[in-house]
Formats: sequence, structure tokens, C-alpha cells
Amino acid sequence: MSRYIRHAAAFCALLLVALLVNATRVQVLDAETYDDNPANRRRAIERFHQPRGDILVEGRPVTGSKDTGEQLRYERTYRDGPLYAPVTGFSSQVYGTTFLEHAEDALLSGTDPMLAPLPLWHDLTRTRSPGGDVATTVRAAVQRAAHAGLGGRKGAVAALEPGTGRILALVSSPSYDPGRLAGTGAGVTRAWERLNADPGRPMLNRALRQTYPPGSTFKVVTAAAALDAGLVTDLDAPTDSPDPYTLPGTATRLSNEVSGCEDASLRYAFQWSCNTVFAKLGADAGLGTMAAAARRFGFNTPGLTVPSAVATSTFATSVDRAQLALSAIGQYDTRATPLQMAMVAAAVAGGGYVKAPRLVDRTTTGSGDAVGATAARTLRQAMGPRTAARLRELMTDVVEEGTGGNAAIPGVTVGGKTGTAQHGFGNAGTPYAWFVSWAQRPRELEAAVAVAVVVEDAAADRADISGGGSAAPIAREVMRAALATPSRSGD
Amino acid sequence: MEVRVPRRRGTELALTVAAVLLPVYGYCDVGLARNGSVPPGAAGYGAGLGLLALLAHLAVRLRAPYADPLLLPIAVLLNGLGLVLIYRLDLETPGDRAAPTQLVWSTIGVGLCVAVVVALRDHRLLRRYAYLSVVAALVLMIVPIFFPAVNGARIWIRAGGLSIQPGEFAKILLAVFFASYLAANRAALTTTGRTLWRFVQLPTGRVLGPVVTIWLLSVGVLVLERDLGTSLLFFGLFVILLYVATGRAGWIAVGLLLAAAGAYAVGSLEPHVHGRVQDWLHPFASIEAGRGPNQLAQSLFAFAAGGVLGTGLGHGDSILIGFAAKSDFILATAGEELGLTGLTAIFLLYALLVERGYRTGLVLRDPFGQLLAIGLASIVALQVFVIAGGVTGLIPLTGMAMPFLAQGGSSVVTNWIIVALLIRLSDSARSQPPAGECAGQDAGPPRPGERAA
Repeated sequence: MSRYIRHAAAFCALLLVALLVNATRVQVLDAETYDDNPANRRRAIERFHQPRGDILVEGRPVTGSKDTGEQLRYERTYRDGPLYAPVTGFSSQVYGTTFLEHAEDALLSGTDPMLAPLPLWHDLTRTRSPGGDVATTVRAAVQRAAHAGLGGRKGAVAALEPGTGRILALVSSPSYDPGRLAGTGAGVTRAWERLNADPGRPMLNRALRQTYPPGSTFKVVTAAAALDAGLVTDLDAPTDSPDPYTLPGTATRLSNEVSGCEDASLRYAFQWSCNTVFAKLGADAGLGTMAAAARRFGFNTPGLTVPSAVATSTFATSVDRAQLALSAIGQYDTRATPLQMAMVAAAVAGGGYVKAPRLVDRTTTGSGDAVGATAARTLRQAMGPRTAARLRELMTDVVEEGTGGNAAIPGVTVGGKTGTAQHGFGNAGTPYAWFVSWAQRPRELEAAVAVAVVVEDAAADRADISGGGSAAPIAREVMRAALATPSRSGD
Repeated sequence: MEVRVPRRRGTELALTVAAVLLPVYGYCDVGLARNGSVPPGAAGYGAGLGLLALLAHLAVRLRAPYADPLLLPIAVLLNGLGLVLIYRLDLETPGDRAAPTQLVWSTIGVGLCVAVVVALRDHRLLRRYAYLSVVAALVLMIVPIFFPAVNGARIWIRAGGLSIQPGEFAKILLAVFFASYLAANRAALTTTGRTLWRFVQLPTGRVLGPVVTIWLLSVGVLVLERDLGTSLLFFGLFVILLYVATGRAGWIAVGLLLAAAGAYAVGSLEPHVHGRVQDWLHPFASIEAGRGPNQLAQSLFAFAAGGVLGTGLGHGDSILIGFAAKSDFILATAGEELGLTGLTAIFLLYALLVERGYRTGLVLRDPFGQLLAIGLASIVALQVFVIAGGVTGLIPLTGMAMPFLAQGGSSVVTNWIIVALLIRLSDSARSQPPAGECAGQDAGPPRPGERAA
């Protein structure tokens, strides 16, 4: 019988081997597949198991974490949620993350390997680092001024420090409270559905993600292209431009809202925003020159991150001369984000250089040790220094004597450009009011702030929509706030 | 010259102490992981478990001094680990605490183990009760049919606050019957009957008839009760014992063929079983259908999350399995929190337990004792395979308790009785005079029943 006992024992051993082999398959070989299965809640549980790191504005957190004691334990909270929503985005148990919450997610959630002093040990013991903090470049006073300036009207504001690219304010209106989307439950679903159904599209980050026809503010780019290309050498010499201007190859006649544009000088044309002069300048410069200039400012270059992803601003490149002429005055298919237009103003104020815009100043571990810091970085040279100096002059004239008088701040050099962009089928839509500007304190080498404001106010009277009337006062208050608080930048 | 068989009681005591300390450490670890402090009951829990283990050790030392020194420590360790895992899962379900009840059942189990070791002086006494056993087993299996079904299976008796699974106890009774019957009819089974082809020799119907009838009855009852795990266990037990008793591989082949046919028929006709087979073939079908992961998928997720080293006690999310996380799926918690390493250790503990049973069967000289030892060890082996294979997706999932680990009073008590019987059997095996020596030689105190050998 002992022979048969041994056989039965061998059978049991076979069962053991089968169990072990299968356990190895499940736990080691196929483990990744199981871990990655979207129905496996463990990733989510682990993710929300610890408080999320915070996003700081001037050293103070604008975010927080609340222990709910539920399965997905820590929920995001926001201080001044609607004010900072375009900066922070949201972090939701259900709907994921957006903007900084998304771009810096690894750091905030504690998975960034930079947070672990001993990565191998962390892997072995499966400990997760506490979430790190993200210090932003945003300044509370500037952000507040921009938010208050829009006052709930549809629109956006982007403010930059020209010398460093630091984003001082990023506002989109109407806004929403991202805290409503944190956590789980029916309330979150309802808030999500309500926000998505809202015709005001409060979750759209207009400063970064929405492109508008820039209208006359694009004339800064056209002027830079013309000056750099040598098309115009004297700001005060009359340009050879008719009024009205017949678009090349068509019978369409382009006219102006103001008088005196026939053969006007570049200074006059810029100051009073003559469409005819700039349309002709664009057509004369040619597609190559215009497209190259636009690209140097940042148009047609996808992939810009601050580190939140920014929508690509576009300048149409497959166009005929008539379309090019319209493109040169910020119409046709020319589209720009408010941040892009702030970069245009900053390039003028910064001697022709476009600095990489950035929203994150530095990142730290939960206990405050430095993880990373961003430094000022030049993206491109948009124009020569001489062109920049001449454009500064032109923009200053706009504020001192032209259409941008509403942006003037006593005792401070302010340069600006208004824009009123027609859009919609047959230009039937309510026009967008634009204003781009910069401000420089006396006896300082660099401008302290560059701003772009867009107001798309559907409720307003059409005549009242103009860059100078609607947008310039907002820009003035934003610049005033930026000038009032001393620059913190050390880089 | 006197041959002294080493008793190894000191080894058993040392191993038992280790087997008590390990779960106490695990218990503290759970508390530290969850609350950052040692749970307040740690000392009391350790002392209680230690006292139980010591009691069992004393009983073995006094009444079964030659018993295998590994059996008791393995049982204590597995039972202690089970308590830790259940306590750990209790933290996730504050409204439903299972560990205290399980501790009570474990105490009863150890108590019965002690009682068996003390009261049963010779395993051969059990032969007298073979037919009583089989009647009792059938009654135990039939009774639950008259009680309401719980989660689709009619295997419980509810009385007052207690629920008992009588089918668990039937395992031992059937093993006793099978062993006794096959031992008595071994010669008749192997030598008589007609030969089919060249290898398959059929025994006379008169000999095999009763066994097959009993087996069919028990399987029939189980199919009615929808407790397929136990059904599979009985079938496996029957086949193994038949093979060991007769050495007829051909019968095994026929048995397996019949089983395969039966399994296919039941698997395609009976909706409950059909569902289990479908789950096994497509564990993620419910996810793809948008209904979320089912229990098997959750179990696989838990094992996968454990990886090689595990998340550590208290750090896993195996509670996502939901219903039966503490009973049928307890191994998933072990897999997730102790990893493949811990799981392998647990499997090896079971393997060691089974191996000691088989070794006892090899050493023993009376066929009944041999078959009983093999039967009891095989019950453990098959249970582990059926449920561990089920929750890891190796075979279709059938409800069954992981011996000692899973929540379930009847199961713990039954397994302690199995260990008690193995202790008794191994004591007989190791204290019998070495083979080939003169029976008259004095190799220790004379033992009752030994003269009959």
C-alpha cells in the first residue's frame, strides 16, 4: 500500500505546485495587468489615501484637504475657489484633475520620485511620500484686481512679468468653485452636470484654453514685422495707403472707424488703429515675413505649457493676399489666447525677447525642502531691440494720446493697444473688446507687468464694446495692483 | 538492547511558542499599521492563545507522547494567522466583528482536540463505529435541506444566534467510514471481479456497491444543497482512498472520466454552477458589461496588489471583495498583505501538515490507520486546493473554508478534530516497534490494542 500512498502524495505535491505556479502568475507575472484594470479601485484609494499637497499663492495655500473617512479618503478644498480656479483647476475623485492640479499631479499626490529621498527603499516598503507643495508665481492682489475688473462678465485676463515670464494673474470669467467637484457623491455629479450645461461655460479657462480673434491688438505683431523687415523706417513718414483699401485681388473695400488714415504715418495709424494701413502693411510684407514674425511671438507653436497646457494661437499660413491682409489686422483665421497676447505685450516691454511664461515658482516637499525651482528662460527673440524700442514708443502714444487713454496711470509709463474683434458669421456676433498693455515705473530698467484683457460681453451695447472702453480700465487696475506690490522675483 | 524512539516534545513546545508569538506579532502589526499603536488587547490575546496552545501541548505530552511534533504547532500557527486576518478585516467592517466569535470557536476547537487526544486512546476503536459514522454523516448532510438557504446554498443549521455547517463534520465521519470499509474489503476489491480490457479490473458489485452508493448519495445531497466545493472534496477523497487501498489506476481513470462528464453536465445545466464556470473563464466579463468587478475579479486584484512582498498587514484593500472576504476569500487578504512570500509560506505550512499525515500513513501498519491518516491529510490538501485554486482563478470558484484561516466555526472545529486524529495516529505510528523486530521486544510501555496488530 505504501507505493500507492507515495503516488497519492505525489499527486498532492502536484496540486501544491499548481497552486504556487498560479499564485506566481497572478501576483507577479500578470500583476501589472490587474493593477492597471480601470475597475480596480486600489489606484484611486491609494491616491486619495493621504492629504494632497497644496498650491500656494504668495506662500499661503489656496487649496486644502479634508479627511472624509470614506474609501477615497481625502477630498480637495479650495480657498477663494472661483478666484483661483483658472490657476489651480480642480482635483476630483470622480472627474480627475485639470490645470496645475493636473500638471503637478505627481508632486501633489506624492508619487513624484523626486519626493522620495530613498526611492528603492520606498519601493520596497511601499511607502508613499507626503504630497509636495507647488508655489505659484501668482500675486494675490493682481489676481484679485483682474477678477474684480471683469466682475463676472465673460472674459479673461493674463498678466506677466516681462523680464521673467512669471504669470502674475490668470483670470477667467465667469468662474466656478472647483471645490464643488471634489469628492464623490450625487452632489458632485450634479455640480458637474450643471457646470457643463451652463451657457457661460464657467469651467472653460479662457485665459489659457480659449483663442479669440485678437483684432487690432495683433497690429503690434504686424508693426513689428514691418519694422523688422525694413518696410517702415520712419515712424512719422506717411505710408502709401489708400482709404478705403481694396483687398488685393478682390472688390472688398476695407475702411476705418476713424478718419485721417489715408497715407497716415505708422505712429498715427497705430495710435488710432487704422485698419487700412495695417492691412496693406501685412499684404506688402508678404506671407513669409508675417508668418515668421507671428511664429517668433509664439503663434503656430503648439505644446506651450506653463505647466498647464496652453491652447495654440494661430496665424493662418495657407492664404491669399486678401486673406493675409485681413490676418494682419487680427481677423480672418488669426486667433490668440489672452496669455499669448500678454506675451506679445511683454515682448515689446522686454526689449524684444519672449520669456517662457510660467505659473510655478518652485516646488517643495511637504516639509518644505526644495524639490525644484523654475528659472527665467527666453523662448525666442520676437524682434530686434530697436524695433522693440520703437514699438514701446508707439504703444506709449496709444495710452497718452490715442485710443487707450483709459489705461493711463499717473507717474508711470504705460504702453498699450486696443482691439475690437468682429467675429461670427458676417461679423454678426457681439465683438470682443481687447486691451494689451505694459507698465513701467520711472527709474526702473524693466517693465513690471504686461497684461492682456479680453471682454466678450454679450449683454453690452455694440457701440460700447471697444478695447479702450471695456478692457483698458481692467488692464489699468491690474497694472496698478502689480505696481503697488513690490516684485518678489529674484531671478 | 533498548531502542528509544525520541519523543520530541521539547521541539513541539518550542515550535508552539513560536507559533503563538508570530500571530501576536501580526496582531500588534495590524494595530500599528492602522492606529499607530499596539492594540490594547494584544497581551490578553497572546496570553489566551498561548494558554490554549499550552493546554493542547500538555494533552499531547501526557496522552500522545510520541506524536509528530509538527502537527500541533502548524495548527496553532494557521489558526492564529486566521484570527489576525479576520481581526484585520474586522477593522474595515466596524458593524460586523467576526474575530471574537472565531476566537470562541477556536477555543472550542482546541478543547475538542484535547478531548479527542485524551479520550481516544487508540484510533482502531473508530472502526467499530464505521456504519454509525456513515449514518451520522448522511443525517448531517441532509438536515440543512430543511433550513432556509443562505446565499444560494443550503448548508447551514441556524439555532439561536449560532449557525453550524454540519457538512463540515461529515467530512471526518465519511473519512472514517471510507477508511474502515476499504480496509476491511481491500482484499476483495483487488482480487475479485471481472477484467475489462487489460488493466481495468472491476470488483464484484457486492463489494463496491455500498461504497459507490454512499458516495452517490452524498454527492447527490450536495448537488441538491449546491455546496459544490464539498462535493468535489468528497469525490476526491473517495478516489484517493480507493486508489491507495487498491492500487487500481484504471478505476481512478474511470472515476475521473465520470467526474468530468458529471462536471460538464452540471456545469452546463445547473445555472449556479454554470455561472461559476463562466466567471472562471471570463473573470472580467462583469467589468466589460459595465457592472463592475465581481468577487473573483476583486480577489485577483487583491492578489495582484500584493506582489512579491505584500502591502503589509493592515495596508491592503481586500475588503473590496465584499461579502465572504473573511471566509471563502480570506486567502486574498493574505495574498495582498503578505504577498507571494507570505502566501507561499502558508501553502507550505499546509503542505507540511499534509506531508506529516501521509508520513504517518506510511509508517502505520494497520490498513485502517493508514487509510484514515491518508484520508484526513487528503481532506486538508483537497480543501486547500479547491478554495485556494478557486480564489486565484486556477479552477472554478466553489465555496469552501480555508482550513483554520477562514471565518467559520464548524470548519475550525472540524480541522482541530482532524489534527487531533492525526496526532493520535502519529503517536501510534511512532511508538509502534520498528518493523522487522520481534514483537515481544519491549520498546516502551505496552499500549492498548497493540497486541491486536
